[in-house]
Amino acid sequence: MSEDKVLRASNLNVFYKNRKRKLFSKNKKIQILHDVTFDMEEGEVLAIAGESGCGKSTLARAIVGINKDYTGELKQKYEGPQMVFQDPYSSLNPSKKIGWLMEEPLKVDKKRKWTKEERLARVKEVMKEVELPIEMMDRYPSQLSGGQRQRVCIGIALMRYPKLLIADEPVSALDVTIQSQIMELLRTLHKKLGISIIFISHDLRVVYQISDHVMIMKDGKIVEHGKTDDVYRNPQAEYTKKLLKAAGIRK
Amino acid sequence: MKNKYSVFLKKIRKDPYMCAGVIITGIILLMIIVGLFWMPYEPTKMNAAEKLKGISFKHIMGTDNMGRDVFSRVMYGSRVTLLIALGTVFIGAFVGTIIGALTGYYGGIFDEVTMRVIDAMFAFPSILLALVIVSVFGTGWIQLLVSLGIAFIPSFARIVRGEVLRCRNTDYVESAKLQGVSDARMIFAHILPNIKGVLASSILIGFNNAVLAEAGLSYLGVGSQPPYASLGKMLSDAQQYMFTTPSYCLCPGLVIVLMVLGFSFLGEGIRRWE
Repeated sequence: MSEDKVLRASNLNVFYKNRKRKLFSKNKKIQILHDVTFDMEEGEVLAIAGESGCGKSTLARAIVGINKDYTGELKQKYEGPQMVFQDPYSSLNPSKKIGWLMEEPLKVDKKRKWTKEERLARVKEVMKEVELPIEMMDRYPSQLSGGQRQRVCIGIALMRYPKLLIADEPVSALDVTIQSQIMELLRTLHKKLGISIIFISHDLRVVYQISDHVMIMKDGKIVEHGKTDDVYRNPQAEYTKKLLKAAGIRK
Repeated sequence: MKNKYSVFLKKIRKDPYMCAGVIITGIILLMIIVGLFWMPYEPTKMNAAEKLKGISFKHIMGTDNMGRDVFSRVMYGSRVTLLIALGTVFIGAFVGTIIGALTGYYGGIFDEVTMRVIDAMFAFPSILLALVIVSVFGTGWIQLLVSLGIAFIPSFARIVRGEVLRCRNTDYVESAKLQGVSDARMIFAHILPNIKGVLASSILIGFNNAVLAEAGLSYLGVGSQPPYASLGKMLSDAQQYMFTTPSYCLCPGLVIVLMVLGFSFLGEGIRRWE
């Protein structure tokens, strides 16, 4: 039976190891997510919002497989979800050129062997998709602005045609004008490539711009989950109301 | 390419350390390279009539207690010293980098055990450690090179481990992991290029220590054997003539100083580039 949802998480509990450096103390696990259950349709833009430390990033890292320490079910229709990190200044290897960085996902692709020409063609194609000039291939990350770097990060994530893209606060480290450009880019990519996007943010205004579904989280639990319009117009949970009020969207 | 080259030259000229380092090291290297093809006298040829002469036009660094030309011997000796220092640093840096990268990247019990062994090696002064190894394998310059190389492994392993640890938890390593980069590729293609500056300057510092350690060990008589010279050996031979013919011990000593000075300026210059 094939999965119809892009992503289905049921009763997901995610843990972090708390490494104690004492000789006889056992490693304690800290539970970050408690019984998280949700699913996601094909082509959906799901926003996950909530205050810092509520487990947004933890959820993202569990989905892409960086953190494998979880119980419960996590079913995905497609392999190889990709992720864009929050800080474009630290998520690009400073000693490598942009072209090299973008080529890397193809070089280590286990599913298919790419020839040099194919790789180069794909890099150029993706650079066009993320609206970067081709000449930037020969630059180092330090020679790029924050917005350009984030475009490179998005490009790297897109190289192997992922069906699910997770953007972990992709605009929080950027200034406002650049933020809107990156949001615009994500929206265009969503339309053009038909990918599903999980968009993580603490900024409810940004969330409203891009998402069609929103999931509000607090202390590792889902507080509210629904269509963005419904949630914003008619919030059910107290916490959602509080958040909306804090963002100045609701009075 | 030409553009890159001129930028490089400009960078060297702008930094006084780099400038001094390049000039001093250049002079030493020139002397060694010329020595490969031509030397004023045969470095092992004795001449009883011209023992312990001071500086003159005939012998620009004087002669030693057996009438051999000191300048020729310095040319030859600095070649030996350089070779031993290069070999030492190569062994130390190569093995040390691999050990440091692996322990830093994987961590855990493997890291713990290896680092305690490295600590134990650190507890011995490197000269003492090299002396022990030499006494097991015998004297000679190859033995000296290998034993100094082994003695130099811990410091490189330490430095590389620390740097790898620093890089291991960064976002770019995480994002590369997400793309499915293998561990070996991660260490050598993603992490090591980021520590090449630190590695380069510690190689140059290590090189200095190697020159000094070679001189020290040769002085103690475990390095190259007579009649061949290394700088340290010449110093130890010269010490009893220190007051009668000062040029005999001053000249090799000066070359050692220049060698060390040149490479430490280079190291400082590279460090400041970062």
